[in-house]
Amino acid sequence: MKKKIKLPVLAAGPVHPLQEEMEFYQLYVDGETVVDIDVRLSYNHRGIERISETLQFDQVPFLVSRICGICSASHPLAYVQAVEEIAGVTPPERALERIHSHILWVGLAGHFIGYETVFMWAWKYREPVLDILEKITGNRNNYGNVKVGGCREDLPEGIEEEITPILDNIEKKMDMLTKAVLDDPILHARLKGVGVLKKEDAVKYAVTGPTARASGIPIDVRRDDPYAAYDRVDWNVCVQEEGDVFAKAVVRLLETFESIKIVREALHKLPKGPVSVDIKEIPAGEAVGHAEAPRGETFHYVRSEGGNTPARHKARAPSYVNVPSFKASCIGEKLSDVLITLAAVDPCYSCTERMGVVDPHSGEITLGFDQLLQMSREKTEKLRKGL
Amino acid sequence: MDSHELVEKLNTIKAQLTGFEQPHDNRIYLSCESENSLPVNKFLFEEVRARFVIATAIDCEQYFEILYHYSYDQTGCIINLKCFIRDHEHPQVESIAPVVTGAEWIEREMHDLEGIEFNNHPCMERLILADDWPEGEYPLRKDWNNEKEN
Repeated sequence: MKKKIKLPVLAAGPVHPLQEEMEFYQLYVDGETVVDIDVRLSYNHRGIERISETLQFDQVPFLVSRICGICSASHPLAYVQAVEEIAGVTPPERALERIHSHILWVGLAGHFIGYETVFMWAWKYREPVLDILEKITGNRNNYGNVKVGGCREDLPEGIEEEITPILDNIEKKMDMLTKAVLDDPILHARLKGVGVLKKEDAVKYAVTGPTARASGIPIDVRRDDPYAAYDRVDWNVCVQEEGDVFAKAVVRLLETFESIKIVREALHKLPKGPVSVDIKEIPAGEAVGHAEAPRGETFHYVRSEGGNTPARHKARAPSYVNVPSFKASCIGEKLSDVLITLAAVDPCYSCTERMGVVDPHSGEITLGFDQLLQMSREKTEKLRKGL
Repeated sequence: MDSHELVEKLNTIKAQLTGFEQPHDNRIYLSCESENSLPVNKFLFEEVRARFVIATAIDCEQYFEILYHYSYDQTGCIINLKCFIRDHEHPQVESIAPVVTGAEWIEREMHDLEGIEFNNHPCMERLILADDWPEGEYPLRKDWNNEKEN
């Protein structure tokens, strides 16, 4: 008998709020196995592309930084790249957001498979990163520091001395966390081979970021088409071949260390000088810009007709291409593995409590989010006892 | 392929293109008419093996433009294919989703917001607009006005 399961999960950042708001998954199951999946989104579409056409070029960064609270440096970065190309100029950079987002994800993944300790630890270690961001930009999220032509604010005096011990501390704690996660036999048993996104599927769905890198596709905009100062610092692109949830976790954990390395080196090598240039006018023209956000590539296309507002502005956030890959990674999975597989591309999770499994004939809710979470945790518990 | 070989490779489909611009090393703009959209996209995805990034539809009032953005990650080059749809009344073009699975959503989005028909799309259902949104209202078209009902 086929049941139709409706899971109003949440949605996230971009123009269509894929990561912060509602998203609706319909899982078609045969017994406990998922046989098909539909995703509906746009329950809270904000029409950012249209709004952008009504704003002046220098107002748009504040708009696009609100596309997603976590990627709020990479969206404006991608946008200003495009506008700066039309006008003919160059910008500085920040890499901190990546660290806090990845730590956040590790915490959530732990939460969903019943590892409350991992969840609590990770979120605790994420806190100092937000403190640094607040110090630099005045905000924990939605920094609003990127503008067309450069940065709004310079770094405060003596910031390097302040950030270095915090980074050292995060690195130590992340080292412990990473080892604890990677050496845990239960996590190996629970996450390996689960929600596999094969390399050929990753190519077909054109996924980006850690989702692609965990499926053996070595892409990273920061290396492939370096913007800001990423070509002047030394770091590695982390790639895993397996494509399962475990590989995605490994990629994110290792990337945190690379990001710490980047921040350290960037601070050390930061040249003196002004943080922005003035731009008088944006001529007619078109350009694209892209930046590597924690979840993958953010991509912006801007067309100017010589006025003071964009004639067309297209924004694409990474989850827009990562989420459809659920079709490849969830089909054939057991229900108890679906939560973590859907979580593995890292859409945010604050609204998930509204999930429900609905019988289409009677309209009754047969399984709620709590039961799904319970199934996921029971599986972990069984493994734990078996070891 | 390095940047030079990439340009040479793209030159092999010149017959199907109406324009080729390279404002700088890592940005290429190709143009074609709507009837050549599918073969050129297929070439970029399967032969060049570029990664599909997204597509942008633009209402140019007399005609439509769809820009298919690809990234050739080996050199970091972004290849933008501009496809012109001349019929503004009934804009339609062949869907590329059967070839590029990742394009399925954005074609549904362009269908919702700009009213462009994608022939042979595997699953043309609404993605962005609500199910009870009136037919024929396309909010990203230049002449769309959200107050006209009132």
